[in-house]
This record gives sequence, structure tokens and C-alpha cells, in this order.
Amino acid sequence: MAEKKFNVLPGFGLTLGYTLFYLSVVVLIPIAGLFLRVFEISWADFWRLATTPRALAAYKLTFGASFIAACINAVFGAILAWVLVRYHFPMKRFMDALIDFPFALPTAVAGLTLSNLFAANGWLGQYLAPLGIKAAFSPLGVVIALTFVGMPFVVRTLQPVLENLEREIEEAAATLGASRFRTFCSIIAPTLLPTLITGFALAFARAIGEYGSVIFIAGNIPNQSEIAPLLIIIRLEEYDYSGAMALAVVLLVISFVLLITINLLERWASRYQH
Amino acid sequence: MSIELRNVSKKFGGVTAVNNVNFSVKEGELVALLGPSGGGKTTVLRMISGLEMPSEGDIFIRGERVNDISVQKRNIGFVFQSYALFKNMTVFKNIAFGLKIKKWAKNDIHDRVHELLHLLGLEGLDKRYPHQLSGGQRQRVAIARALASKPSVLLLDEPFGAVDAKIRQELRDWLVTLHNDLNVTTLFVTHDQEEAMEVSNRIVIFSRGNLEQIGSPREVYEEPNNEFVARFVGVLNVLELTVQGGLARFGELEFPALDRPDGSKMRIGFRPFAVQISSDTSAYRCRAVLRHTFFLGVMLRLELELPSGLVIRSRMTKEEYSALVLKDGQEVSFIIKRYRILRGEGEPLSPEIHSGDTAFSTHGAGI
Amino acid sequence: MAGNVKSSARTSRDANAKSQRGTEESPFIKWLLVSIAMIFTIVFLLLPLVNVFAQAFSKGWSGYLTALSDPDTMSAIKLTLLVAAISVPLNVVFGLAAAWCIAKFNFRGKPLLITLIDLPFSVSPVVAGLMFVVMFGLQGYFGPWLDSRDIKIIFAVPGIVLATVFITFPFVARELIPVMQATGSDQEEAALSLGASGWKTFWYVTLPSVKWGLLYGVILCNARAMGEFGAVSIVSGHITGQTDTMPLRVEKLYQEYNATAAFAVASLLALLALFTLGIKTFLEWKQERDFERAQHALPEPDPIAPSSNP
Repeated sequence: MAEKKFNVLPGFGLTLGYTLFYLSVVVLIPIAGLFLRVFEISWADFWRLATTPRALAAYKLTFGASFIAACINAVFGAILAWVLVRYHFPMKRFMDALIDFPFALPTAVAGLTLSNLFAANGWLGQYLAPLGIKAAFSPLGVVIALTFVGMPFVVRTLQPVLENLEREIEEAAATLGASRFRTFCSIIAPTLLPTLITGFALAFARAIGEYGSVIFIAGNIPNQSEIAPLLIIIRLEEYDYSGAMALAVVLLVISFVLLITINLLERWASRYQH
Repeated sequence: MSIELRNVSKKFGGVTAVNNVNFSVKEGELVALLGPSGGGKTTVLRMISGLEMPSEGDIFIRGERVNDISVQKRNIGFVFQSYALFKNMTVFKNIAFGLKIKKWAKNDIHDRVHELLHLLGLEGLDKRYPHQLSGGQRQRVAIARALASKPSVLLLDEPFGAVDAKIRQELRDWLVTLHNDLNVTTLFVTHDQEEAMEVSNRIVIFSRGNLEQIGSPREVYEEPNNEFVARFVGVLNVLELTVQGGLARFGELEFPALDRPDGSKMRIGFRPFAVQISSDTSAYRCRAVLRHTFFLGVMLRLELELPSGLVIRSRMTKEEYSALVLKDGQEVSFIIKRYRILRGEGEPLSPEIHSGDTAFSTHGAGI
Repeated sequence: MAGNVKSSARTSRDANAKSQRGTEESPFIKWLLVSIAMIFTIVFLLLPLVNVFAQAFSKGWSGYLTALSDPDTMSAIKLTLLVAAISVPLNVVFGLAAAWCIAKFNFRGKPLLITLIDLPFSVSPVVAGLMFVVMFGLQGYFGPWLDSRDIKIIFAVPGIVLATVFITFPFVARELIPVMQATGSDQEEAALSLGASGWKTFWYVTLPSVKWGLLYGVILCNARAMGEFGAVSIVSGHITGQTDTMPLRVEKLYQEYNATAAFAVASLLALLALFTLGIKTFLEWKQERDFERAQHALPEPDPIAPSSNP
């Protein structure tokens, strides 16, 4: 039936009005406020503030580590999702529930426990140190923290798609003589790829903004293991508001671009449905 | 008049869902709103209830114009197609909901709910939740809930749509009995012509937002207003004839064409019962091959293939069939005893035309 | 993440049953993949969790209790509870209003509104905190005006609440919208046709039918509100005993090289996370059960309909 002009349910004006009011006060006005303040800075000044060598080093670390972490998550997340959907093994329910742990655990706690685990005398770090691998208080630490926080995204995006994958299609491929490997490469993988990329993008977006878990494990040495969000705080503590805002706007714009990309990716991923 | 609609139209955006509809329902009637899906019948029901507002026209309930009265105040009982039982409430609380809203005394609510539980055969189920009921029980709880505060009209949207085919028949009979007991004005929406014919006193037929016909089941079947009604209610065989020399022909079939010009087309429609068959191939002028015989209990459906390849349907009783001694694949002769001239979907039909007993006398058929 | 795991158990059983039909990987591959998944889960999920408690109790029960009974830690716990107690209800009211207008009505710009509601998820917590400094800080839009009236927002509790509200903004609405959409409007229309007012319909029909989704949203919102670090870190000012929340207290103790105390506070937050996961698993199990129940009506009893002769 066509769009309903009259709706007997009451409260549309009230709830929509309140939604728009609250959205404006809490989200839209603060974001707009930040942009308006940045517009007061001249373009040349903005460019200088946003591209200091220290800032460039911070972007490089933030994006580089986020990218590596998202790649790790794509690989292991895909394996986890596959195993959880397709196989039956002991402790599966427990593993499934644990996947959401990084969502639920406060980032400060994650950072604290990871830095302790991977420190030279920690449970895991003690095995890495003799190999010359400095896991905590180094850029590698940043990757570890970002891998942790981004982990649920790939698994939880892939899982429902894998579940809805019709087994009949694979069986059809088998009856047509395709080997298991062939079926996977030419039928399963192409179907899952858009979803996998969506999960990757979600993990990447989350990692770029992450702060809490990273600062515990990174070591935070300028130009080496200092992430962009941390640099914003340092600028703020130096009362360099313009510097902080310039960096914040760069991160904000990148977040919005990623948000739009993810929306497009989701549409692409669902193109085979119906 | 219990319900009256005057010039009621409903538009959704640019689409006209209901187009200038007029009809009325008498106190205590059981009326079916019949039509194909998307015909506007559910919209009419929702407008009567107040869940939808008419774009134009007036709706009266018991003589009072209710356009400006909200659904809460109209005192109607509405049974949703999905039943819309409150999942978080027991059967008792579902039925009592409207009474509590209307601030009935606790004892009165208790008595009324138990009266309804008894009436609808739901005794002992009052503490169950909707998910603990069968489909038929859910439907009866929905009806009980709608009836609880003694509404002036009971409105049901596809009441048998969501139950198994095999219990539908029983529920139909039961609705008729319930209506006879309570005598509350009842309107129900259905797309099933058989259901409408069986259950209702009168049928209101809709198609594409237009009211096509109102009448008793017998009237809409025997005196359809137009081709749509004739096709929708019951089975209609349709033949397209070519006029030549004052006769409209289809193979060996001939019908008087009055003063239609040569070469023009004429369409006729006839019910399966109007086809009379004989196993003697020379009894009637037209011949056909009996392709299939379907046994439908006391009735039989026969499919006849004409020499042109067209298949027409016939019906007869078991007694008639046994008297004829027929078997599939056999050649038979037949005649069309009664037919009407069709003039297009929405156009009125000609009155029923009776052919004579043999094809040879079609020339003299009275009009 | 709601309901994604709904049918994983069922599906895998199906998968197992079909494994004899030759559309399964070889046992070796299967074993290898499960092992990789196990090791990854243990290293990245289980060990960090176990480590929190191991470190927190490294000095025994008494050390643990001493660390928690520190007055500054106690005040951080109280502040965290206070902030959650204010920001969660605010977002619940918003979530209900937003879900009602989005799920029950059609209007132009609805997809845009849904995207805007999700916006805070994609904003870095640090940037979010900075936005409120720009609004209410001394250098900000309202800073001088607030300062002249001696109202403190930044480096005080209101700022912490604002930042938390922003960060947890989408949680309740996000969980409620699909639940309200799925239940449709039939039950509400039925209540109205029985004479109920809008408020009564909402209270007796809508709210009970979405209560589990609402609880789920509240639990997630609460977990994030209590655990938020980055945004709160910027607006709090880190005044010990006054504007330190539990996550900030963890950082401060860690910087003071008091690892055991830091882990003791962290263990409380980890318990909160475990509690949240527990509720989540329970609600998903319940949702799965309700879904299966709703699919099947009971078989018809005999006789089906009563002969309604009173």
C-alpha cells in the first residue's frame, strides 16, 4: 500500500520534535561549533597547524597501525566467523560470547591489561623479548591495542551473512564437480568479499579514533609512537586550541568520509539480496 | 441504519484507494466486503473504524456522523488480520483491556470476561499467553476482545486469512452461529468469494476502489451488475463470437446477434450450470470432447474441449452424471441454456438470455 | 550487534549433519582453522581478561580491598555511578522518542535522521571531548558567559555528563528502532480501537513489547557510559577525588606506578563488561526462543470451534 498520509497513532510531532531537538543539542550543534571555530583560522594557518612534522608522524602511525590492525582483523575475523558458523567444537558458545568482549570492556582497562601482558616481563612479552621483539611501548603496541578493539567488527559483520549463505549453492557446485577449494574460491569468497571489506572498514574507522587503549601500551614518544588523538590532547594541554582543533577537524572529516564509504559498502554488500 | 457511507473516497498520495463509495448496513446484518487484494475493501473497513480518515465523504454509525470522532470514541470492535493480540498479556487481560480503559468495575470486568470466555469456548485458557494458543483460539480471543465492551459494530479484517484451510470451514460456521446469537452488526473483509457467499447476508463487492455491486449472495451470483462481478463471483465461461448474417458464431455455436454489423465481435458469458451435456452426439448441435472430470463430492466439474481447442467448464450433480454414462475422452454434444452478452469489465451485462432446448431453436431465443 | 548470533548454534548443527555429503572441508583444514581461532581467542581475548584479575589479586584479597577502599578511588566509583545515572536515562528518553517516530511513521528525510543518530559512533572520543571544550571551555562560545556567572561545565561533572551523553547517544535508539519496526503497529491500533489513549497505548502495549530490546540498549549504553575514557579525559580536568571517573582513576594509578591498585579498579570495570556480556547472551537466547515460539501456533484442539449455544 502506498505511503500513509494519515496515521492514527499519536505523538508524531512530539517525538520527532524532541528527537530533532535533542539531536541538535547533543550532536549537531557541538560538531558545527567545532567547524565554525576552525573556519575562523585562515586556510594557511590551518594547513600549517594540521601538517606539522609531528602531526604528520602522528597521522602516519594512526593510519598505518589502523590499517595493519584492520588487516589482521580481516584475516582472523574471517577465520573466527567461519569456524563459529560452520563447525561444532567444545567451548564454541563461550568463544562466541567472548568475541564481544572488546565492545564491552572499557578501553582504559584493555590498554592496561594489554600493556602488562606484552611488557618485557609480562605473560606474553617475556617470550617475545628474547626474540628482540619489543611489543609494548612501541608502534607494535599500537597495532596490538587497535587489533583488540577492532576485533568484533569483522566477525559480527560476517557471521549473519555466512549463516544466510545457502548450503544448496555449495552443494550444487559440488554436484557439478567443483572441488571444495574451487567452490570456496569461485562461489563463497566472492559472495563474502563485500561484507569482509565492510567489516574491515568498520574496524579501520574504529581504530583511527581510538585513544584509551593505545596510550597505555604505545609509549607515546613524539614522532615515534604518538597517535593523532593523543596529539590533540597534548596541544590542548599546551593551550594551543587552534592546533588541537585543526587536528580534530582532520580526524573528523576522515571519519565522515569513512562513514559514507561504509554506507556505500553496505549497499554494495547487499546487492545480491533480493 | 447501523453503518452508512456517503460519497466516501480515500486517496493515498496520488493513488485513489477508494472511489466515491456509497452503501449502508442495517442493524444486525452480517455483511461481507469482497474483492481482490488491493481493491480498497480493507481501507473501507479501516475508515469505518477510524483507523483511517476518508479524504472525502461522510461516515455514519447509528445515524451519527463519525468523521470527527476518534477511533477511541467510536465504540467499534475491530479484529485485525494478524489478530494483534497483546503478546505481553494473558488471554484474560487481553479481553479485559478495553473494559479497564473504559473504567468498568473490577467485578463487572471479571463477569464480562468470563461470559465471553464461555460464549467463545475459551474456558480454562484465561491465564495463557497468546503464544500458548492455537491459531483458531487466537482468533477467538481477538473476537472476544473486540466484543467485550459491547461495540455497536464488529469489524473483521480477513478473519479467516491466517488459519489453516482445514479449520476455516468450521470457523465460518461458528461465526454465523455467533452472529445469530449476538445479533451485532458485523462487517468482514474477505477475498474469498466462497467464504463471502457462505457466511454473509449481503455482499459488497469492490474492485480497484470502486463499489461494483451490493446484494445478497444469490443476487450477486444470479444477477451480476457487470462482467467483473460475474467473473469474480463463481466461474464464468467466456466466448468471443464473430457476427455474420445476423448470427454471432463460434464454431458450431450460434447466437442471435440482433442488428450487429457483419464482422463485428460479440462476447458472451455463461455459468458452468448453463451447459447441458448429452452423451448422444446427435442430441444437440454442438460437439465437444470430454477432457477431464473432477469429482468435488456431490458435484462434478467437467472440462469440454471444443473443436477449436477452447476449453469450457460445466458442472452437474452426481445424479445427473450417473444418468449420462460419460467417460473421459468421449465425444459429447452440448448446449448453452442461458447466457449474457458482455460489454467490457465495468459495463452492465445484458439480461440473461435463455436459449431453447436445442441448438436449432437458438434463432428464436427470447431476449 | 544484536541478534547477529541468533542462529549460529542451529546452523552449525545443520552443517554437521550435512558434513557427510561431501561439501565440507577435510578434517585437517577444519582442525587447523579451529586451532587458529582458538589460539587467537586465547591470546587476544581470554588472556587479557584473566590477566586483569591475576594482577588485581597479585597482593591477595587484603591488597585488593585496600586498593579499592582508597578514598579517591571510592570517590571515582561514586562519580562514575552518578554520571551513568544521569546520562543513561537521558538517552533512554531520547531513544524511545526517536524509535517511536522512526518506526511507526513515514516521513521525508528518515534515512538521513537515522544516519545522524549513528554519527557519534564515528567521531573519535577525543574529538568529541574537544567539541565540548570548544562550546563551554574558557576559550569557547559560552565560556566567558558561564565564567562570569560562576557556572562550571568543563573540568566539572556537567562536562563529564555531556561528553558521556554524546558518546552513548545512539545505543538505546539503535536497539529500539529495529525492535519497534518488527512489532509493527497492529497492537497499537488494536489498543486504540479498544478506546485506549496514546499514552496508555504506549505504556501498556508498546513499552512491554519492546522491553527486552530496551533493556539491551540500556545495558550497552551503561557499559559504555561507565567505561568511557577519551572524551571524559579531555573535559574532566583530572582533579583527584573530584572529577576522576573510574577509567581515569585507572590511568592515574598506573602513572603513579601503583599497578595493583590500577588493576583492582580495572577489575571492577572488567566485571561490568562480563556482566554486560552475560545479559547480552541471555537476551539473545531469549530472543531466539521467542522467535521460534512466535513461528508456531499450537496445534488445533478438538473440537476446533465451540458450538456457541449458550
